[in-house]
Order: sequence, then structure tokens, then C-alpha cells
Amino acid sequence: MDFIASLQAAIESITANKLRSALTVLGIVIGVGAVIAMLAIGRGAQDSIAGSIEGIGTNLLFVMRGDSQNQVRNPQPLTMDDAAALSDVFQAPSVINVAPLLQGSATVSARGESTTTTLNGITSEHEAVRGWSVSEGEFINSSHLLGRSAVVLLGTAVADDLFGRHDGLVGETVRINGQPFRVIGILAERGTGGFSNENDTVMVPLTTAQARLLQRSTPRSVDVILVQAVDADAVPQASEQVANILRTRHRTALGADDFTIINQQDFLDTAASITGVLTIFLGGIAAISLLVGGIGIMNIMLVSVIERTREIGLRKALGARKRDILFQFLAESSLLSLIGGILGITLGWLISVGVGAIAAAANADIVPKIGIDSVLLATLFSMAVGLFFGLYPANQAANLQPVEALRYE
Amino acid sequence: MAERVVEARHLSKVYQMGDVEVHALRGLSLDINRGEAMAIMGPSGSGKSTLMNILGCLDRPSAGSYHLDGESVANLDDDQLADIRNRKVGFVFQTFNLLRRTSALENVELPLRYAGVGAGRRQRAIAALEAVGLGERLDHRPNELSGGQQQRVAIARALVNEPAIIMADEPTGNLDSKAGADIMKLLLKLNRQDGKTLIIVTHDSDVAEQTDRIVLIRDGQVEADRKLGRSKKIASKGK
Repeated sequence: MDFIASLQAAIESITANKLRSALTVLGIVIGVGAVIAMLAIGRGAQDSIAGSIEGIGTNLLFVMRGDSQNQVRNPQPLTMDDAAALSDVFQAPSVINVAPLLQGSATVSARGESTTTTLNGITSEHEAVRGWSVSEGEFINSSHLLGRSAVVLLGTAVADDLFGRHDGLVGETVRINGQPFRVIGILAERGTGGFSNENDTVMVPLTTAQARLLQRSTPRSVDVILVQAVDADAVPQASEQVANILRTRHRTALGADDFTIINQQDFLDTAASITGVLTIFLGGIAAISLLVGGIGIMNIMLVSVIERTREIGLRKALGARKRDILFQFLAESSLLSLIGGILGITLGWLISVGVGAIAAAANADIVPKIGIDSVLLATLFSMAVGLFFGLYPANQAANLQPVEALRYE
Repeated sequence: MAERVVEARHLSKVYQMGDVEVHALRGLSLDINRGEAMAIMGPSGSGKSTLMNILGCLDRPSAGSYHLDGESVANLDDDQLADIRNRKVGFVFQTFNLLRRTSALENVELPLRYAGVGAGRRQRAIAALEAVGLGERLDHRPNELSGGQQQRVAIARALVNEPAIIMADEPTGNLDSKAGADIMKLLLKLNRQDGKTLIIVTHDSDVAEQTDRIVLIRDGQVEADRKLGRSKKIASKGK
């Protein structure tokens, strides 16, 4: 019997019982759709997180106080002097920029409106290190720092909250924790991906913050020192040079370090491993539903074999060999699952687009990505499910004895 | 002497029904000549159906030898038997056994498909349907045809591979007497005009009387084997 005839017989049988075929296929559709959508969303989340980490700035090291396990007692705070030492070209040739940072929260008010936001005490280096820029006005410069000027840069979200707009505000006065600050610039708007809204912030000179807004127990101390390496390849050397300088300054050359250096790759790796586990977990759950769909196919194929016992007997009487019958039923089950696979890919795509739209509406910048590999995987897997779960019923059919099959009522 | 198309020797068939052995055939021997039209009769439980299944290569005997059209078929495996059925046996069933969802033409083509016939398949199927007088109904489905017409499709299907024997199991059993008579006329015409070997299994003695020979089976053995006068006339006419 030729291939086309088997396929024809399979199509006839599928179309003869449309509702039943549709319900059988539904299991595979949901299974494949779920696998496709889960993998796409997982990949989208991974890209989004990686993007927001990379968006922090390239070649960055974050130096923080204390060790990562919190086992060093009384770690020395990082200070402006540490930051200055790290800028030493001779001791740290791989470092190009050092930007100390003091961070806290503050209440900002103007014209009776008030909002609580993130307050960053920064230096002029932040412009280069973090890629900040202003959409109007000027960035904080060294004379602001030296003079501990009461000047502020507003993020667009804060400007909108206070003034209802974010342009033409240079020269306005706002109050931070009750103290008047002159607006010298508006920060350029940033994407809202990742963990926090970077537009919801205000920036003042680091020295001003130390003196008037974010007092720490040690004067001149900072929370984080951002270190920019000359390029991505220099990050490990930069990290080593920073560590050596700090060990000398903190006199911890013999003991454990009382500071922690984290680079972007660490963040990326952690995030990738978390989202990877999540994707596998979701994909695994989806694969189980595909398996259930396969069992549904097997169930229907078994019923179909019993229903068509006489037909099988007749085909055998007319000269069908075992493999003719086997092939006919395998063609039917794999065709069912292939149809399910194709519809499932469509469904998965729709779900991905839907999730993407919902995420976009919620400002969570996740763009689900359907890879060609996951489409191939789902198609092959659904075909394999059809073949595997069709094998047993098809074998039952092929091994029927013609005499008994013809006698079957 | 006429050529033997069926040569069965000492056929026996034993079924195991739980603890009991049922002897459906007990050393039955039977010869059928090419071009004969014969009827197999017998009460239910006589072994008639078992004999038909073995002669039609649907089943194997437990013991004995069987040559169909010169080939020994008693010990073939399932696929070899399928091949023999395809080439040498045309079946006509009481309940027609057509595929419901396919046209008359496709039903008739089916044995040719299993035979691997590609080129000329359609033409041969059309010729077979024309031979049974259904040249106008090629694309009708079984449920659009009367019982008699359905049986004609089945006969066309039995003919299409030019088998050595046509096995008809109660071919008129599900038909009214008019349609039944037509079907018998058609089968006998195929025998008389085209020389097809015809084996009819039936309860109906009116049907049996129209053939050349009646074999009566009882208790798994041939009880009587009666040639009817007409066969000689036909045979002499043929020569």
C-alpha cells in the first residue's frame, strides 16, 4: 500500500469524526502551546533582566562595605578618600573612572506638592560611569561639589509629580527634607525596565548630601563606590587593583576583606541562573501537559481500533499486510499530533503576544521571544508523542486476526 | 481432466475453547476444478465457516495440506497469507463490507492498492465496476447505493485483482429476493461467461441448486458431494 493511500485513509478517519478529532487534538494544542509560550516568556524575562543589568553601564564594578557573608566584624566604611585612592593611575591603571555614591530616600516638595523619592549623592563622574545625562540644564560639576551647593537634578518622574511637566524647570526651587535646592537640570528619561524606576530619583552633589541630607556616623563616608574599568576585558584586573588598594588602606591584608567587589557579570550570571531554572520549571510543567495530550491520543486511537475492527478485518481479507495496517494507524496518530503541534505553536505565539502586551501595559518591559529551536522542538516532540502513543494501538490493529476481526460486531 | 484450482487434503482444525478441544474440521478433503461453480452447504456448527476461512486463506488448518492455484498455502505466515488472499481470492460477504466513507471506485481500488498496483489502477477498477453494471455509479458512496448495488460493488472488488477463486459467503443473505436473484445471476454469469471459479457458502438451497455442484458438510467432514447435471452440459459446450 502506498504512502499516500495510508495518509488518505488517516485523513478520512480524522475528518469522519471531527468533534472527536478536535477534542483529541486539543490536548496536544494546549501542551505544545504551553511549552512554546513558557519558553518564550522565560527567554523574554531573561533578556529583559540581562538588558536592565547591562543598562546600568558597561565595565562596572560595585565596591561595597562589608563582606558578602557578613562575617567580618566592624567593617570600615568606604570613604571619599578610598574613592580618591582608587583613581590613582599608578596603583590602578585599569580603572578609568571612580564614582562614589551616597544613597537614601528623601521627601521632595514644591508648590505644595510633595513626593518621596530616591536621593543620590553623586559626583560629576557619574555622568560618564552611569551614562546619565540631562535633557536640559547642566550636570553636577566639581564646583558644585567643592561648594557643597544646594543644587539638584530632577528625574522626570519626580518633575512630573511636583510640577506636572519635566521641561522648563531650570531655576525653580524645590525643598528636600525642608531645605531649599535650586534645580539645575532635568535628567534625561530612561527606560523603565528592571527592578526600579530610574526616573523616580533626585541627585545632589555628594558633598552636599554628606553634609546636609544623608548624615552617616563617619563623615566623608560613602555607600558604594562605582568603578569603571577601561574596557570589558580589563574588569578582572581592575577588580584586583581595587582590592589591593583597599586592603592596604583598610589594613586587612592578612585577614578577610571588609569590602565586597561585585561586577556586572556576577549579576548577569545570577540572574541567568534564576531565570534558567524558572524556564526549565515552567517548560517542564508544560511538557507534562503535552504528555497528557499524548495519552489522550492513545486513548482515542485505542477506541478507534476497536470501532474499526471489522474494517481492519476487511482490509486484511483484501490483502493488507501487518505493516499496511500499522502504517495507517500510525499515520493517523502522528497526523493528529502534528495538527495539534501546528495549532499549538499558533496558540503559544498568541499567548506570548498577549503576555507581551500585558507586560507592556504594566510597564514591565518583557518581550517574549519564540525561538526557531523551541518551535522545532515542539513540532518534533509532538510528532514523537503521536508516534509513541500511536504505536501500541496501531500494533493492536495490525495483529488482529482477520477471521475474528471480520466476525466482530 | 480439468485443472484443479483447490486441492485440500485431510484438513483438520482444532479450536481450544477453555479446557475443551473443538474439532471444527476432521480430515476433510476437497478438490475444486477451475471454472466450477459450487456451493458449500451445511447446518451451523458443521465446520462450513471454518472450511470457508481456510479455503479463503483467512485461517490456517491445524493439519493437512492445501494447494490453492498450485501454491501450497497451509503453512504460510500472516503476511504471506495476506499476499495470497490479495492475488488469488476475491471475497463477497453477506454484509457487503464496503468502506462507508469512500466511493464505489475507491472501494474497488483497495485490493489493487494493497497489491501495489500504481499505473492503470483506476482503469481496472472502472472496468470491474462496468462489468457488474455499475459504470454509472463510480463516485457514489455505499450509503447512496441500494443493497443489491452495494453487493455489486463488492463483487467488482472481488473481481478486480483477477483472483483464482471467488468466495461468496451468503451473498444473497442480506438482500430481498429480487436483488438476491440479480446477484446470483451476476455471479453465475461471471462463472459461465468469464470462467471464474465460484465458491458459494450458503444455507439457501435455491441458491445452491443454481450451481454445478453442492458439497454438504456435517461434523467437519464432507457428507455428500453432488454434481448437478448442468455442469456437464456447460463443460461440453465450452469444448
